[in-house]
Amino acid sequence: MKILVPVKQVPDTATQVKVGQDARQIETGGITWIISPYDEFAVEEALRIKEKRGEGEVVVVSLGPDRVKEALRSALAMGADRAIHVNDPAFNEADTLLTARVLAAVIKQEAPALVIVGRQAIDDDMGAVPAQLAELLGWPSLYWVMEAAIDAGGRTIRAGRQVEGGLEVFEAPLPCVLTAQKGLNEPRYPTLKGIMGAKKKEIKDLRADDLGVAPESAQLSIVRLETLPPRPPGRIIGGDVREAAHELVRALREEAKAI
Amino acid sequence: MPNAFWCVVEDDRAGHPKKVMAEVLAEAARLSGGRAEAVWLTDRAEPDGLRRLAEWGAGKIWLVEHPGLAPYRGEVWAPVVAGLVAAQAPRAILGAVTSRQREFLARLAARLGVGFAADVVGLAMDGDRLVATRPVYAGKLLARVAWARPPWIATLRPNVFKPADPVAGREPQIERPTVTVPDGALRLAERREEVSTGLPELSEAELVVSGGRGLKGPENFVILERLAAVIGAAVGASRAAVDAGWRPHRFQIGQTGRTISPKLYLGFGISGAIQHLAGMRTSKLIVAVNKDPEAPIFKIADYGIVGDLFEVVPALTEEFKKLLGK
Repeated sequence: MKILVPVKQVPDTATQVKVGQDARQIETGGITWIISPYDEFAVEEALRIKEKRGEGEVVVVSLGPDRVKEALRSALAMGADRAIHVNDPAFNEADTLLTARVLAAVIKQEAPALVIVGRQAIDDDMGAVPAQLAELLGWPSLYWVMEAAIDAGGRTIRAGRQVEGGLEVFEAPLPCVLTAQKGLNEPRYPTLKGIMGAKKKEIKDLRADDLGVAPESAQLSIVRLETLPPRPPGRIIGGDVREAAHELVRALREEAKAI
Repeated sequence: MPNAFWCVVEDDRAGHPKKVMAEVLAEAARLSGGRAEAVWLTDRAEPDGLRRLAEWGAGKIWLVEHPGLAPYRGEVWAPVVAGLVAAQAPRAILGAVTSRQREFLARLAARLGVGFAADVVGLAMDGDRLVATRPVYAGKLLARVAWARPPWIATLRPNVFKPADPVAGREPQIERPTVTVPDGALRLAERREEVSTGLPELSEAELVVSGGRGLKGPENFVILERLAAVIGAAVGASRAAVDAGWRPHRFQIGQTGRTISPKLYLGFGISGAIQHLAGMRTSKLIVAVNKDPEAPIFKIADYGIVGDLFEVVPALTEEFKKLLGK
């Protein structure tokens, strides 16, 4: 069974992010890049399904400039079999819909039985690509998946999605798109052997022409990036515990009218 | 009405809209000059649920009531709403940030070939285009985004937009369009309900009490639950507390958990790592209690107490009880 996992390279959470000169992108100098954490859950789940079945192939795909190869190498080091890098400046300002179109074109070429994606990338936190991908492919999709199992014949999947107040477990025919939620698994760290082996694994480069996707203009675009307005300075309430608790409750009622 | 602003109804699965719809409908009415309409896909809509939508400002309710629409399945909902959009040409389609609406509206946007903005915290008309504001990069920056063409599709973060003042006695104007509901490929096998805490749901709660590593163990969350019960708050946790196994993941606030925007957030024993701030920094009022005066959370707190939470929480609980007469 072939499983395809789209991954996105994003700035590390702890990295300082600054608005770039054109105010529409961030300054990329000095940023530490990582695979988006939810995508690691997706890679891990794909590897576990393959290991449990004792057969199959895990293919990771990413869009972006040359630096994205590092993210693909990390996924290969975790155990993915090969990688596809869509590296074309025509997609530099892709919105979620164009990204989904590109990924859908790759998926049509690769014909996997299952696509697992992180529930959202932690840079723009849009979380739209998995559902848009499923729509473009005409596949069912399940969001925020906390558990998943494929039947012995490899024809259907049983997966539980997190909803407000519970878990809804569905059965779906394959192919299907799942989005990985935290709690699905605990991603492995690459071993030294995995890291060495990753250097020999294939990363195939693709451009817009190879996929037959027209680099159309974005349907949603960034007008401007801004820093947060400063919060008004806070107040530390001193005194002994009883006095402080009393004063805090008074302030919440009388000053802030929050309670 | 052509070019109305549609609001996709989030309901309680028992025939009533959730209160976040008062916020979505009010914002739609404000932006459209009173042309807000509701679109409700459900297996059951109760009469008082429909009335509530009208009282919150829905000029019309497009109601599709069909057993195949619950539980939500994106592949079933998207063609139904896309068909209505083709016939009615709304100018915008807004929903709330809930797990299913995030997926559904993204999927609908792909079907219609238009843009989608998730988790919006501000909306404004700029001439004849809509501009949305949304947090990006763990809430460190704000992005203003705009659509190439309508319908403008977005999900709105709960507790951020001003809710409608209900107009009592407004009769709902209900339209039941003739639509085909496809079968869909997904089959519900089982639904597992969480054990109810009796406290509000985290992402919609107006008051949130949250605990971190400073709680020292899962057994100590009970003191936060007691405080939360007195003021009617939801209880959340930091990633440190969740990763330590003290609380299930659904209670996690932060970048890899829930993003919340309550009226009042009270954090106990939470240092305020960036990844936690990403999930709560748009809270209207932030209170922090921590032993460490250098904890980063004090930088964004409106009120802080430097002290031992095991002394402060019981004292606060008593003070709230006195205030609220409990």
